[in-house]
Amino acid sequence: MIYREAGDFKTSYRDDSQTFPIRLDRWGYYAIMAVAFGIIPFVINDYWANAVLVPFLIYAIAALGLNVLTGYAGQVSLGTGGFMAVGAYAVYKLMTSFPDVSIVIHILLAGGITAGVGVLFGLPSLRIKGFYLAVATLAAQFFLVWLFNKVPWFYNYSASGQITSPTRTVFDQAVTGPAATAPAKYLICLVFAFALAWLARNLTRGSLGRKWMAIRDMDIAAEIIGVNPLRAKLSAFAVSSFFIGIAGALLFAVYLGAAEVGEAFGINKSFLVLFMIIIGGLGSIFGSFAGAAFLVLLPVLLKNFLVGNMGWPTDLAAHIELMIVGALIVTFLIVEPHGLARLWRLAKDKLRLWPFPH
Amino acid sequence: MKLTLAALATTMMVASPALADLIVPNMSYRTGPYAANGIPYADGFADYFTLLNERDGGIGGQLVQVPECETAYNTEKGVECYESLRTQNPLVLNPLSTGITYQLIPRISQDGIPLYTPGYGRTSAKDGSVFEWVFNAPANYWDGASVAVKHILDQEGGDLSGKKIALVYHNSAYGKEPIRTLQELSEKHGFELVELPVDAPGQEQKSQWLQIRREQPDYVIMYAWGVMNQVAIQEAVNIRFPMDKFIGIWWSGSENDVRAAGAGAEGYKALTFHGVGRDYPLYEDLQTHVYDKGLAAGAGDQAGSVLYSRGAYAALVIAEAIAKAQELAGTPEITPAQMRDGFEALDITAERMAELGLPDFGAPIALSCDNHGGDGLARVQQWNAAEGTWSLITDFIEPDAEILDPLIKEDSAAYAAEAGLTARCN
Repeated sequence: MIYREAGDFKTSYRDDSQTFPIRLDRWGYYAIMAVAFGIIPFVINDYWANAVLVPFLIYAIAALGLNVLTGYAGQVSLGTGGFMAVGAYAVYKLMTSFPDVSIVIHILLAGGITAGVGVLFGLPSLRIKGFYLAVATLAAQFFLVWLFNKVPWFYNYSASGQITSPTRTVFDQAVTGPAATAPAKYLICLVFAFALAWLARNLTRGSLGRKWMAIRDMDIAAEIIGVNPLRAKLSAFAVSSFFIGIAGALLFAVYLGAAEVGEAFGINKSFLVLFMIIIGGLGSIFGSFAGAAFLVLLPVLLKNFLVGNMGWPTDLAAHIELMIVGALIVTFLIVEPHGLARLWRLAKDKLRLWPFPH
Repeated sequence: MKLTLAALATTMMVASPALADLIVPNMSYRTGPYAANGIPYADGFADYFTLLNERDGGIGGQLVQVPECETAYNTEKGVECYESLRTQNPLVLNPLSTGITYQLIPRISQDGIPLYTPGYGRTSAKDGSVFEWVFNAPANYWDGASVAVKHILDQEGGDLSGKKIALVYHNSAYGKEPIRTLQELSEKHGFELVELPVDAPGQEQKSQWLQIRREQPDYVIMYAWGVMNQVAIQEAVNIRFPMDKFIGIWWSGSENDVRAAGAGAEGYKALTFHGVGRDYPLYEDLQTHVYDKGLAAGAGDQAGSVLYSRGAYAALVIAEAIAKAQELAGTPEITPAQMRDGFEALDITAERMAELGLPDFGAPIALSCDNHGGDGLARVQQWNAAEGTWSLITDFIEPDAEILDPLIKEDSAAYAAEAGLTARCN
């Protein structure tokens, strides 16, 4: 009744092909952006920033990146953790080598370096696909982690192999290091998440995204209609790695502040991001955010509820939390194998007809 | 999503702390691959404060609250724990994880909360002139490496030239810490050092032990934690490595680590910076005031184990520092800054240890503004598989200050330069 297309007239092609063609969607989107940029920065505290929103935004960027590769271009990757490590170590080397250059430029450059590495490890995708490609990217994961552990140059020869992010500022506000305030950390992640989601949305709507989807749906047919698989696959690897590299750089520099490659960027991270896009929905921008929210926020919420409100012992709560999250994942996938994004779409379809389903 | 956020908001409002008590959080891990070691430590830590609350009515008349937070030895959960504990105004944090310690050092320095990392963490935090808020007495990783080598020297009649020592280590900040020290020591004493990293969590070490079998080192020093300990000791038994030439750091020397290997682990050595067993008067008090009242933390089955004692020892040092801080501040309600002053004025003598019910348990600890790490004394314990007990086989051994002090100065100076700090304590 409220959510409907009727009466929402478009008078130009431009209006017709906008990202949110339905008025209510558009208003909802503007409202969320207004809250995210206009209200949250003024009310956010350290706990909300460091434990909830900053990791959520960073993982959403990583999930977006993997979704470009796996969801849109159909190339399965288990190298996400390794590529995030490339972003983290790149930004660390850049931050410490060129302290006067803005951190924003460093983060973008780190994304660029990761894109290069991603293309390199994407080369096997021209010959192999499916599970075989997953194994090749798995090799990237292990190789990159080993490399950052083995070569002391990457961690500036520190005794323990840890990298620690120094304080860097944007508009005189510290965004990395211990002096960074909650709004500053939140805002830099939000700006990157917003810009990258906007970029991803428009890339996937354009010719590049259509080529990726053609390759995903059937690579031989795509080749016959004139899609160059080399360019399509490697561009997917490049764009995806760019996103993931930025996520890794933010994860290290803004969120963790200190990292160690094996622990922070291990194979678990690759699986975590993969689960995010599977639960959120492959080939969906909204799904990347929904999946990240599900896997980042739910454990924190459950922990606070079980330990904080119910007063359960921490170990029992931690075990129950694993079981609940696991059970929810299985349930969601049984109920809707296409993820939260599909559930959202179904809900919207129902809402359009409600309350007159026929 | 909005519902989730709203629910989260309400949960976090409810979890507000009771004011005026002394808050000493227990950042524990009772789940994951390190749980076998995390549980006894967390129990000992909590039980000691329960004892103080029950027997003495807290410290200086103030009850001690020990809110627990599960980190699973994971740095991201560690961040979450830190942020949630910080809202409760803790006096001191003890994360029992070198990775989390590295992450917290810049934050606690900014927020002004002392960090107490006995036997782990960043070694150069011993230099209080740079690391204002971090304390790592009574001993640190480099002390451990040096004491292990001293013990080997002792076994070999004072000469290590031409000997080969292998370091099997957890491939993380923790395991990499001693490498610099051992390299310096190998130059000094003329032994050859073989470095063998094991990736976390350490269930897979076949190739490392194959290499040990091939290289035939005279001694193996191990820096392992959690499940890696048990696997390493089992592998050493499998290749018939002489157990009395296998020396673990204090984190590789609990009952849980050796029991799995059965009789084969007989003679395995590990360092420790405190006594072993239940044979101390403190345990009588714990029995009456904690265990018999059913107040023991966790399952209550860890009393007297190595890591339980270590957790209790950490709690004891913190309790002494709180008492000292209260004395200095002239009020029982102290702030974290006063807590730091208490740590810096800490002086736990042998007599005081006896008074506290732990005679000859730990070496005396005397800290100052520029010494946050104590003297670094440690002793060697050996496993008796038949009786299932550890026995102390040496007295406290002093580390090689000649090697360690310049290394600590160098590393802390590097940190000071990186963080833009100027030395204090002048």
